[in-house]
Amino acid sequence: MSDLVIAGRTFRSRLIVGTGKYPSHAIMKACHEASGADMVTVAVRRVDISRKTESLLDYIDTSKIFLLPNTAACFTAADAIRTAHLGREAGMSNWVKLEVIGDEQTLFPDNEGLLEATRVLVKDGFVVLPYTNDDPVMCRKLADAGAAAVMPLGAPIGSGLGIQNPNNIRIIREQAKVPVIVDAGVGTASDAAVAMELGADAVLMNTAIAGATDPVMMARAMKLAVEAGRLAYLAGRIPRKLYASASSPLQGVVGS
Amino acid sequence: MTRHLMMIKLNGDPHQLAQPLSVSALLAQLEIDARRVAVELNLAVVKKAAYDSSLITDGDEVEIVNFVGGG
Repeated sequence: MSDLVIAGRTFRSRLIVGTGKYPSHAIMKACHEASGADMVTVAVRRVDISRKTESLLDYIDTSKIFLLPNTAACFTAADAIRTAHLGREAGMSNWVKLEVIGDEQTLFPDNEGLLEATRVLVKDGFVVLPYTNDDPVMCRKLADAGAAAVMPLGAPIGSGLGIQNPNNIRIIREQAKVPVIVDAGVGTASDAAVAMELGADAVLMNTAIAGATDPVMMARAMKLAVEAGRLAYLAGRIPRKLYASASSPLQGVVGS
Repeated sequence: MTRHLMMIKLNGDPHQLAQPLSVSALLAQLEIDARRVAVELNLAVVKKAAYDSSLITDGDEVEIVNFVGGG
């Protein structure tokens, strides 16, 4: 199974995981190991000046795991651009998971702001991975603007609803010139497998693992699901048919 | 003569300084590991190489950020 390549950088795993909402940093670390992921997302936030807090980075082996800073909770292109620049300085890489959010309740992207921020950040030398709708036209515009990959949602962030519009994901994969990463909406392993069977190059998730009753076991389930889905996609599934076709020979049946 | 104390805005809150400080000195005073943060001075990101030479003075707005868990 070939590696995932984004902007010339090679990743062994096609599963990208988050670092938020785990019961503890230790459990997060164990999940990262069980998932096999070699890229994780992180958020950029103000340092708590008033008290000493445990550093997230003490629990991520950055010699093995690539950090992808996000611009979560940014509602304007300007805020996302500002956050991306801070993330670059904090992390010393020019990659950004670009989010420009348009609605608090659904956390759906503001595609107008997203496209604007993509253009600016590409010009500023960033490798931009925008989180977007499952809209093939928007994905094409983002790729044309210089996005290194497109990250259509499967369903709203943290919803666990699974891939709501599989046909669009297929179309996006068929049309996109850049890797397609299904980002958000995965609830359980079969959702991740479906995304990969549709042709996604990778899947990004956080809540599905962090919020599971046994997060470490779910991380392993997701690793296997992503691998299984990728293999099934490459193997080429049989066409769907309405009626049966026997698997065993019809000749030589006893008593015939 | 009373000593004039400087006020800056640090991560959105008022913060008192006894004298102008470099970014490096402020981070040291706050016991923050400079390698793991990014600093913005009056809306401009300060490159790590410029921490020693960038001076924070009265009325400045400083943001210090780091990575936290997120998706």
